[in-house]
Amino acid sequence: MKRVLEAVVVGAALATALATGWAISQERGAPAGRVPKPAIVQARGDKCVEPVEFMRRSHMQVLLHQRDRTVHEGIRTKGHSLKGCVECHASAATGSVAAEEGDFCRSCHSYAAVRIDCFECHASRPQAVAGGVKP
Amino acid sequence: MSGRDAARRQFLAWGAGALATLTIAPGVLLLRPVHGRAPEQAVTGKARWGLLIDTNRCAAGCDACVTACNRENGLSGATRETDAQWIRKVELRDPRTGRKASLPVMCQHCEHPPCVDVCPTGASFRRADGIVLVDKHICIGCRYCMMACPYKARSLVHEPLADQQPDVPRGKGTVESCTLCVHRVDRGERPACVEACAAAGRGAIVFGDLNDPASAIARRIAQYPSVQVRADLGLNPGVRYEGI
Amino acid sequence: MEIAYREIEGRSGAYWLLLAVLAAVTAAGLAGAWAMEHHGHIVTGMTNQIVWGMPHVVAVFLIVAASGALNVASVASVFGKDFYKPLAPLSGLLAIALLAGGLAVLMLDLGRADRLVVAMTRYNFTSIFALNVFLYTGFFAVVALYLWTMMERRMNRYAKPVGYAAFVWRLVLTTGTGSIFGFLVARQAYDSAMLAPMFIAMSFSYGLAVYLAVLIAAYAWSGRELDAAMLRRLKNLLIVMIAAVLYFVAVFHLTNLYFARQVAFERFVLADGGIYPALFWGGQMVLGSLVPMAMLAHPRLGAARGTVVAASLLVILGGLAQMYVTIIGGQAFPLELFPGVEATSSFFDGRIHPYAPSLPEFALGLAGIAIAGMIVVLAVKLLRFLPERLDARLGESS
Ligand code: HEC
Ligand code: HEC
Ligand code: HEC
Repeated sequence: MKRVLEAVVVGAALATALATGWAISQERGAPAGRVPKPAIVQARGDKCVEPVEFMRRSHMQVLLHQRDRTVHEGIRTKGHSLKGCVECHASAATGSVAAEEGDFCRSCHSYAAVRIDCFECHASRPQAVAGGVKP
Repeated sequence: MSGRDAARRQFLAWGAGALATLTIAPGVLLLRPVHGRAPEQAVTGKARWGLLIDTNRCAAGCDACVTACNRENGLSGATRETDAQWIRKVELRDPRTGRKASLPVMCQHCEHPPCVDVCPTGASFRRADGIVLVDKHICIGCRYCMMACPYKARSLVHEPLADQQPDVPRGKGTVESCTLCVHRVDRGERPACVEACAAAGRGAIVFGDLNDPASAIARRIAQYPSVQVRADLGLNPGVRYEGI
Repeated sequence: MEIAYREIEGRSGAYWLLLAVLAAVTAAGLAGAWAMEHHGHIVTGMTNQIVWGMPHVVAVFLIVAASGALNVASVASVFGKDFYKPLAPLSGLLAIALLAGGLAVLMLDLGRADRLVVAMTRYNFTSIFALNVFLYTGFFAVVALYLWTMMERRMNRYAKPVGYAAFVWRLVLTTGTGSIFGFLVARQAYDSAMLAPMFIAMSFSYGLAVYLAVLIAAYAWSGRELDAAMLRRLKNLLIVMIAAVLYFVAVFHLTNLYFARQVAFERFVLADGGIYPALFWGGQMVLGSLVPMAMLAHPRLGAARGTVVAASLLVILGGLAQMYVTIIGGQAFPLELFPGVEATSSFFDGRIHPYAPSLPEFALGLAGIAIAGMIVVLAVKLLRFLPERLDARLGESS
């Protein structure tokens, strides 16, 4: 009896801790939906900033590298900028790259169960359509 | 390594600049703002950006700089204790003489910023051209920088945000402050508050390169008395005030 | 005589009830942390003026107490007082548990708690905060090693040098914790070189108080013997520690009063700051120092178990009150951007900043204490930290 009680208490404590950890990790980004296959939204322009094969595999390195160069060194080339991606890849339906499940940056990510927090801060819509109050 | 690299890069940059000057018509060059820098060029320590605020021209009750800052950077403009304020109008009154003054206070872009010293992850940093920034990608929201700042210049984003300005990403849980409108400066423009103050007909804020003796700001501080706030701390802020 | 260390039985209903309560408090704290993570710090009482709140009060208290809890072990091995030897393992365990509780709270309070990896992999070495991360990790390692040398017979002969290392480490650690505030030159409350030594004295006192409370409780609940002579020595030590803190606090405030620019701040925390002078005089001074000192010094009641526990708990509460005054009070007093001139603004310049802790942050703070408690309660059951009998003769003859 005591043993059972022991197990229950320890188990309950562990379960609460794990559940909270999980819940916190779920907070960031969208939940991973069960999308059978990524349907990729048509992009503006006729080609990407780098060969498509390369972009599919390495866009994260490209973005992170650009991020550090822009933030710390003030290099503001258009090519690899996140703003650039948004401008070409925003979907016609939502005008965004990350508003809905089907939008460009979310399509493969839900498929691959990747979660990104970029659009908690970065606008997911191009400048002109942004909700902000530009004069 | 980075020193030599930077030197080489700078040399190449100057070389490229010289070449460009020779090839592009000088007329085009004149149209470019004085502090323009090519997008692919890294910032250098050649310039140090600063502000000079003439409190004699700054009026109590005028908050053109504050609203312009809020609009430019996508701040709500709300002033609860949990809301971010990158720039604020401070009204001063000397109890001994009764003299009043009104002036804007924002990040003072120190040469020796305490926020940078205390930041545990290195998210707070001073860009080569003197602009003090937060790299929000590595800010963990510990708020030690807010504790350390003598000017109360920093804010934590207390709530989730939406519809940020594309040029100014902001998000819950990270610390932020005046960036001297770094995205505009890099385009060769002046900070939004400076433009707004001029547009309001006051022209109380001068923006420029403190390192360039020929710049308007450097000439003015060489000629007229100006002070730094809490100069006793020895932080050498890049923002100076006249008339207080 | 050999010291016989033994796990406690830990099968009684009371044991499980205690563990369940601690687990429940921890769970509530985690729920609070989740709310802060989900909704942002808007659900706390913290603001852009009071940027560190209740979680920091508890966390800094736990961290300061952690290094002090190690003292008993240090006395045993560094100063060669064999008398304290049987008490040493519990001392090391408490140090680890308190530190773990404090750090957990600090981590969970971060604006971006999900960026723990960033916090662990990127360091700015000019930051005393980052330096502290190393000091804390090192402290865990040194104390764990120390525990091993004490508890594993073959390793006993290394106990002394490792004990030295642990002792030096803990002094540096507490200096580091004190310096977190000492480096904030702009804030009147913290612009004092007295802060680091004062924190060391406080760590001695709070750590020993926690140690005594846990020791007596553990022995009472597991029905083991606790020698009166031993208890008397420890409680006398606590009197000395409390007196030392009083001395440093007095010097701190007196030197501050000496500098004209600090007088306004001193008047705020000592006289007209509302809750802060109340907590300082009522909490830290009277209930947290003078009353426990009088209780412990009482010729007849002073060495009774109940008195020592009560006095220790008062010292702990006084310590929390002190942290509240130091951390919150130090921020509530407005920063002076323009000395001597009255300032007002939309960003609350020149005004006393109000603070009211909310439920989630209270819960998170309490969870820090509960986490430390759980570690202790589980460890004494699973490992041999407590000597079977605590008898003054034990240590001396071994
Ligand atoms: C000039 C417009 C433009 C910009 C800017 C741009 N892209 Fe593209 N991108 C495209 C086009 C068009 C395609 C489709 C090319 C094709 O299918 O041949 C594409 C394809 C891709 C693909 C492959 C999708 C697939 O079909 O599997 C990825 C990944 C991608 N882009 C990422 C990015 C990222 C990340 C950025 C920002 C660094 C970016 N793109 C910037 C136009 C652009
Ligand atoms: C906490 C807010 C925040 C988050 C989250 C965030 N960023 Fe940023 N990011 C910024 C800020 C602030 C800048 C600086 C903007 C400037 O100076 O123009 C920036 C700039 C950038 C830039 C350079 C500017 C541009 O548009 O190209 C890139 C690239 C970038 N971030 C990538 C990312 C990626 C990828 C992620 C997700 C993994 C991300 N960021 C998440 C705040 C954030
Ligand atoms: C072709 C499918 C695809 C598209 C479209 C796509 N991604 Fe990805 N992305 C991935 C995959 C797959 C990974 C995971 C790679 C890995 O873990 O090695 C990933 C990873 C990332 C990461 C790194 C995440 C981490 O935590 O490691 C970032 C940042 C990122 N993507 C940003 C973007 C952005 C921004 C867009 C929209 C402009 C985008 N991606 C569009 C497939 C895609």
